[in-house]
Amino acid sequence: MSGSEGKLSSSSSELDLDRPNIEDYLPSGSSIHEPRGKLRLRDLLDISPTLTEAAGAIVDDSFTRCFKSNPPEPWNWNVYLFPLWCFGVAVRYLILFPARVIVLIIGWIIFLSSFIPVHFLLKGHDKLRKKMEVFVANHTSMIDFIILEQMTAFAVIMQKHPGWVGLLQSTILESVGCIWFNRSEAKDREIVTKKLREHVQGVDNNPLLIFPEGTCVNNQYSVMFKKAWLLVFWKAGAFELGCTVCPVAIKYNKIFVDAFWNSRKQSFTMHLLQLMTSWAVVCDVWYLEPQNLKPGETPIEFAERVRDIISVRAGLKKVPWDGYLKYSRPSPKHRERKQQSFAESVLQRLEEK
Amino acid sequence: MGNSSSMLTQYDIEEVQQHCNNAFSQQEILSLYDRFCQLDRNGGGFISAEEFLSVPEFAVNPLSQRLLRMLDGLNFKEFVAFLSAFSPRATLQQKIEFIFKVYDSDCNAKVTFNDMLDVLHDLTGQFISEQQREEEGCNFQIPYWNLESVYNLLSLDFDEICHNRSDKAFC
Repeated sequence: MSGSEGKLSSSSSELDLDRPNIEDYLPSGSSIHEPRGKLRLRDLLDISPTLTEAAGAIVDDSFTRCFKSNPPEPWNWNVYLFPLWCFGVAVRYLILFPARVIVLIIGWIIFLSSFIPVHFLLKGHDKLRKKMEVFVANHTSMIDFIILEQMTAFAVIMQKHPGWVGLLQSTILESVGCIWFNRSEAKDREIVTKKLREHVQGVDNNPLLIFPEGTCVNNQYSVMFKKAWLLVFWKAGAFELGCTVCPVAIKYNKIFVDAFWNSRKQSFTMHLLQLMTSWAVVCDVWYLEPQNLKPGETPIEFAERVRDIISVRAGLKKVPWDGYLKYSRPSPKHRERKQQSFAESVLQRLEEK
Repeated sequence: MGNSSSMLTQYDIEEVQQHCNNAFSQQEILSLYDRFCQLDRNGGGFISAEEFLSVPEFAVNPLSQRLLRMLDGLNFKEFVAFLSAFSPRATLQQKIEFIFKVYDSDCNAKVTFNDMLDVLHDLTGQFISEQQREEEGCNFQIPYWNLESVYNLLSLDFDEICHNRSDKAFC
């Protein structure tokens, strides 16, 4: 079963899906299109718009779509293609994968044999750097970071992971100035703000790399940039110091493998194994024009503008949801806004009697 | 279909189709099954309230709690039957019956004044006071409605509602 849904005209939200319509630009509530005039009993009894929205959300919703990995169509089902596929599997697992593992191990040996002595002997080595640049990119997998590292060493803001990834983070990545945060800790934001401020004000620090979506998305959609990052940024004095934001758009070609890391379905190790046993990871990266906060623009508008630029370049559909809704419920204020608009329309018509 | 993560057989599809009175085509039932499995993350054969609420669009809906009561513990067949009122092939009778069930939370086939006030409360939250709600309702007060009277009330002008709405999804 491929990812496309059957025609169900009950999901009117299908039409509205990609229109940003929440938080700052709310959905037009349940009864905006009601004809004016005397309030009749059937108007009160008729709850069909709200029900339709609910059913639409049950059948298909724009948030879940962002994290859905669509399996590719099977193509190896006939007697000519199947042996070819088997041969391909043998090549990938028995030739490519060991070759990659060997390259990885050699790379690590070379790296560690230079890194460890240098790290201990030459701590605090100064480098001249221009004014602080901040790079902002859409997020699909942790390998985004590796891909961008080809350009320059970045100080990336990352979620602290458990396991061997965490070990890597605290030893090697720490040395390029990466900043860790922990989603589950409440006081965390203050700590991160402080670290950001120190980093931005430092003269010899690497450019910052931020993934403002806050979570991995399936590379077809982009979720709202977390306001928190921009406000943190703002507080860290980044804008006052004249930082520019350079948007980077990353688009993976799914021809050989889907690079989306569905963190709910697989661990990073499994994800890495999947990538290393595929033919290739094909990726397009666009470094876009640096943006500055325009006069009279709020940080949120700025974030939306940058998100727009990235989404257009990478061919992503914008979705008005916060990525962290993967882990938590939406705040009650959204429901309250709907209730308020309904209440207002009803009261207005009551007065018209 | 005992295990929700197993494939649907042709026999299953036909059984589901019959159960919902042919409100959905076989292709639509397959899509719904795909969706059902997607929502039912722990593979228990039914979608729990938590799993429904993980869909943000559903969680912000004012009537979500009411609908959750109706959706609780439904297996796939019943899930499709629940959604059949929203199919374009559903009759007016079926749609109104659905609305009636949403109002009639104690399932006694009667919608009382209080039931109506409860739904109004869900829809308007704290933005209409207790008195205003009662004020609105008192003009329409009768001891209770049964399905037939609700049907009569709503069906008379339902065509009008359909034409006036720009999103004709429910009609």
